[in-house]
Amino acid sequence: MVAGPLSLDAPPQFSSAIIRRAHRRDWMFHRVTQASALAVLAIFLGIMWSLLSGAWPAMAAFGFGFLWTESWNPVREVFGAAAPIYGTLVTSAIAMAIAVPVGIGIAIFLTELCPRQLRRPIGVAVELLAGIPSIIYGIWGLFILAPFLQQNVQPWAIDAFAGIPVLEDLFAGPPYGIGIFTAGLILAIMTLPFICAITRDVFETVPPVLKEAAYGLGATTWEVLWKVVLPYARGGVVGGIMLALGRTLGETMAVTFVIGNAHRISESLFAPGTTISAAIANEFTEALGDLYVSSLIELGLILFFVTFCVLAAAQYMLYRLEQRAGGARA
Amino acid sequence: MTVSTKFLSGLFAGIAAFGVATTALAVTISGAGATFPFPIYAKWANSYRSASGNALNYQSIGSGGGIAQIRAKTVTFGATDMPLTVAELTRYGLVQFPTVIGGDVPIVNIPGITAGQLVLDGPTLANIFLGKIGKWNDPAIKRLNPTVSLPDMAIAVVHRSDGSGTTFIFADYLSKVSPEWKERVGASTAVDWPTGIGAKGNEGVAGNVRQTRGAIGYVEYVYATQNKLAHTKMLNAAGKTIEPSLASFAAAANGAAWDASQGFASIITNQASPEAWPMAGATFILVYKQPTDPAMTAEALKFFQWAYKNGDQAAQDMHFVPLPDAVTQKIEASWTQVQGWKAN
Repeated sequence: MVAGPLSLDAPPQFSSAIIRRAHRRDWMFHRVTQASALAVLAIFLGIMWSLLSGAWPAMAAFGFGFLWTESWNPVREVFGAAAPIYGTLVTSAIAMAIAVPVGIGIAIFLTELCPRQLRRPIGVAVELLAGIPSIIYGIWGLFILAPFLQQNVQPWAIDAFAGIPVLEDLFAGPPYGIGIFTAGLILAIMTLPFICAITRDVFETVPPVLKEAAYGLGATTWEVLWKVVLPYARGGVVGGIMLALGRTLGETMAVTFVIGNAHRISESLFAPGTTISAAIANEFTEALGDLYVSSLIELGLILFFVTFCVLAAAQYMLYRLEQRAGGARA
Repeated sequence: MTVSTKFLSGLFAGIAAFGVATTALAVTISGAGATFPFPIYAKWANSYRSASGNALNYQSIGSGGGIAQIRAKTVTFGATDMPLTVAELTRYGLVQFPTVIGGDVPIVNIPGITAGQLVLDGPTLANIFLGKIGKWNDPAIKRLNPTVSLPDMAIAVVHRSDGSGTTFIFADYLSKVSPEWKERVGASTAVDWPTGIGAKGNEGVAGNVRQTRGAIGYVEYVYATQNKLAHTKMLNAAGKTIEPSLASFAAAANGAAWDASQGFASIITNQASPEAWPMAGATFILVYKQPTDPAMTAEALKFFQWAYKNGDQAAQDMHFVPLPDAVTQKIEASWTQVQGWKAN
């Protein structure tokens, strides 16, 4: 700082000292960033270790049967994870089935079809949805959405699907208002802004020249969307969906308000169920006995693996999609 | 060097002296556990602080947490709604005693039915929570309520999703009146519910019952009165129809043995007295017989001694039933097994 390297009378050894100092700084910077990265790895391994050691008594007692046992009986200390695993996967599937088409639809409307004056207000509203804390969704779900579903939607659905095989079982009564379906619906509303905001950003990166060329060839809006915009933005769209899926799998507060917290697997989507994170949040503080606590920790371990597997599968899907697209182009 | 050492040692001595001085003046008793008695412990602590200068730091983390914390020796006393057995008390070297009594009340949300209008008995309540009675106009309910017009509406059962002393009292009562409940479900702070939806905490159950038409749930008495929910009357063991009230909870408590050698683990559900509400229960405190800090444990016991003597009115104001004097005398006598406690 005092003598800059550009001063004319600086002797050569002086500049080499500067270089050495710069090297030392680089080295230190390298080590600090490396230590931060390694700390993440250490934290990851530490979490794995504490989950494994905490879950060990349950693993020893129930073995792999834990995964497909539906019973969750604190009195007889027989625990199984089948109902929470089922609830986690089914609520996420319902959420994705609703949020993906609607989210992409909103993004298409905002980037391609929306009048310019409406674009910002709708875009901001969608982004605000992403900022609402999950407990607010939970309270809204319990006090507004659930009674509405119980009194208006569910009785109608139960009557409408009566007599139709499969659907009749999926939408069977009594209408509680809260249950697997309501939890999936809340999750869909919560994850919609993620999918929509990311998809919109990706759609905006599509070069206008591509779209203009397609329109110039006489393509309809529908054809431009399906054959130009979506294929170009595919990677980003799948990325947004993955992020949303990660949120639905681990979401706790909003789900526990509206899912009914019952350790049962029912055919009906209107029946109460539970998810892994909801079960842990509900029961951990008041769990009496080592096996009970250990079973809850094993649930956490399973959520860890379920999330990992789902995200790995999504990554693989993305990789396959890109490979196929690359092959088609060549 | 020498100067700074002197300075430091002087500083430490000062801090130590200050520490000793403050301990002599006032202590903070630490406890953790059950959420159900938290309001009355907080109220007592507030009054005790003005009376003695000693403060209480009570964390209402739940009975399971309370037992875990006292076993980990991070607190001076633990609090639990489900009493430990004598075997457990002996194994961990703990002393157990009750503080106050409360009760569970069934609450319903049936259009046209007001508080105290519906009457249920134990077996019917058990069958509703077993999922065997599914409609409000079921003959079993009609038989108990010949004058009430009951709708053809599905019953939505609401229970606790977290472990709770409230659930223990409820499930214990159902086990006593229904052999099938005892066989299939049993009694504990958390059970494998055959039907219904789970909600977290008394407020969660109260909220869900209020939201759901045709719902029935069970909450602590204080939540039923505070939230103005439609409670039911119960047919008790003597065959008498009883309103939930502090008097009927006290009648249940009076019939119990309260045996010090059993850790006072009297379970006062389904009591024989004709005035007794069938779903009452006490909440308990746990301290070590050989505490690591006997002086602090003695301070904790002094707090409860003060509360037994001066806290009855506050308890009643908050819808808790204070223990009869005969019981508190037995409890204080049992404290002699705690090292560092001197009866005065």
